[in-house]
Amino acid sequence: MTKKTIIKILDLTKIYGLGDIQVRALDNVNLTVTEGEFVAIMGPSGSGKSTLMNILGCLDRPTEGKYYLAGEDVSELDKVQLATIRNKKLGFIFQSYNLLPRVSALENVMLPLLYDSMQDISGEEQHDRALKSLEAVGLAERVQHQPHELSGGQSQRVAIARALVNEPVLILADEPTGNLDTKSSVEILSILTKLHGEGRTIVMVTHEDDIASFAQRIIRFRDGRIDYDKPNGHKPVHLYKKEVDHEL
Amino acid sequence: MNSRKVFRIAWEGLTRNKVRSLLTMLGVIIGVAAVIIMVSVSAGTEATIAEQIQGLGTNLVFIQEGFSRMGPGEKQTGSGLTMEDAEAIKENITGVSGVVVEQNSSETVKYSGTSMDEVSILGTTVDFPEVRDMTIAEGRYFSQTELDRKTKVAVLGATLAEELFGDGTAVGQMITVGTVKMTVIGVMEEKGSTGGVDYNSNVFIPITVSFTKFNYDPFARMTGNRVRMIYVAVENEEDIEDTIYQIELLLAKRHDVSLDSLDFTATTQDDIIETQESTTAAFRSLLGWVAGVSLLVGGIGIMNIMLVSVTERTREIGIRQSVGATPSDIRWQFLTEALLLSLVGGLIGVASGIGGAKIFGALGDMRTVVSMSSVFIAFSSAAAVGVFFGYYPANKAAQLDPIEALRHE
Repeated sequence: MTKKTIIKILDLTKIYGLGDIQVRALDNVNLTVTEGEFVAIMGPSGSGKSTLMNILGCLDRPTEGKYYLAGEDVSELDKVQLATIRNKKLGFIFQSYNLLPRVSALENVMLPLLYDSMQDISGEEQHDRALKSLEAVGLAERVQHQPHELSGGQSQRVAIARALVNEPVLILADEPTGNLDTKSSVEILSILTKLHGEGRTIVMVTHEDDIASFAQRIIRFRDGRIDYDKPNGHKPVHLYKKEVDHEL
Repeated sequence: MNSRKVFRIAWEGLTRNKVRSLLTMLGVIIGVAAVIIMVSVSAGTEATIAEQIQGLGTNLVFIQEGFSRMGPGEKQTGSGLTMEDAEAIKENITGVSGVVVEQNSSETVKYSGTSMDEVSILGTTVDFPEVRDMTIAEGRYFSQTELDRKTKVAVLGATLAEELFGDGTAVGQMITVGTVKMTVIGVMEEKGSTGGVDYNSNVFIPITVSFTKFNYDPFARMTGNRVRMIYVAVENEEDIEDTIYQIELLLAKRHDVSLDSLDFTATTQDDIIETQESTTAAFRSLLGWVAGVSLLVGGIGIMNIMLVSVTERTREIGIRQSVGATPSDIRWQFLTEALLLSLVGGLIGVASGIGGAKIFGALGDMRTVVSMSSVFIAFSSAAAVGVFFGYYPANKAAQLDPIEALRHE
């Protein structure tokens, strides 16, 4: 059985600025990610990896080129259509968690379902799905906690639960462990590894080799182009491995 | 997204910041309450005036000296209205059920040891009780004969009778009005203060006595006894216009003036109510505008806070956008917040406006009438203010770029 293509990018170019000063943040990028892959995107700042993430996340549109997400051309969609794509097909995990303050973990996780205009999911079902999602990240005990009552690691787990609740075809993680200590980072990576094991497609931006070593494939960006793109030959580094074994 | 969800999100947004929401609503609350209270005060005034005029009696025609026709510096011509005019009307005009003239003065009234200063003495005619709808409780009213003969008899208002005589009988007693001794022949039934005048503390005497004893006019022999106003009660309402015409013909002849240059005016209660209404309507619309301005200020307050709120919650907007909120979802969220602020503010305003109007009416001597139309107008203006001033901030929120919004600290 051939696996579905989740991301297909053709000659993607993103140019910022108008007039004389133009910055080519992405320059003729071609990339394909198939279902079930766990890809780490690396590169120094200014290499274009954030721009790529924004386009992959349907938060931004390419200047030129095509982007097919799960077979659908999303490079020409308007704001409303992009919002719908984000709602149905994507799950975001941010460095700074981006949870709504003063709202319980459960309600934060329910948020994407609230904006699902196609299905109009009942309140009860929203509740159940959010709860299931929180259980999947091991936070069933903390559903009523508000973000300020949670640790960084717990907050990021709520964010992962939120990213999962709409059953996305692609999970985008932008430096998911950037704000976390080692122990919490391990927690998060072990969850991502587990999701990968369940067949989910994950694209993760990081600039740490240790973190990237959890991925199955590593793509390095430089000056808006793909510098190299190869399978990860290494096992997750020893330090993490020990703790991951311990955790799992 | 369905409206219930939008409502919930907006409601949660507001309740997260209760104090601020309340302060924001304050402008609308005050605006709405002000509209309702102010309109109720002017409506109350209007109703009072209308009642006063109605309270004078029914189907009345008021004949006044023609001041209204005089230009500045112009001397009053003619003899003015006299007692004799009133008598002529009564004798010659058909369909008139009563003619009343009044002459006011203020005198000290004494009975044995009791003395009361500044009692209103009302010199009037025999038709007074009928036209004014007053009844005699004890004894009788004076007669035409007594009026013609200038008999020194007095009828007392209920309150005055009690103050002078207590539980004892008043009828048949002698009282001193000013320097004139008079016999009490009757006591009036107590009557609520209609026409803005409390007749319960009056002494009613034949107007002829009043002319000779309290309002002596040395020229009366030549000019007749002057009166300020003649009240004519007409039997049938539909005959009023016709009666006025007859009166005008009669008095024009008596005063030797033409119908084009009458030296008096005849008006009906309806005319007076109409005039009064046009003045109070102007007053009311002024108050309405003042209150409307405060509502506008309330709206600007909402816009101000919503703009602050949008800036402050940029990150939240970014988060919502990232999970799939469309621009219209965001717009509706903030528009609903603004609308909720103004509607809840409007409701509180309506409650406090009605309450305030009631309190005003109960405490002061101002009368207030809360009209449903003012409540409706105030409330719907509040809603309109919410939509109008909420739209700009809401639209601003909807237009935010998700990437920028997510980056916002």
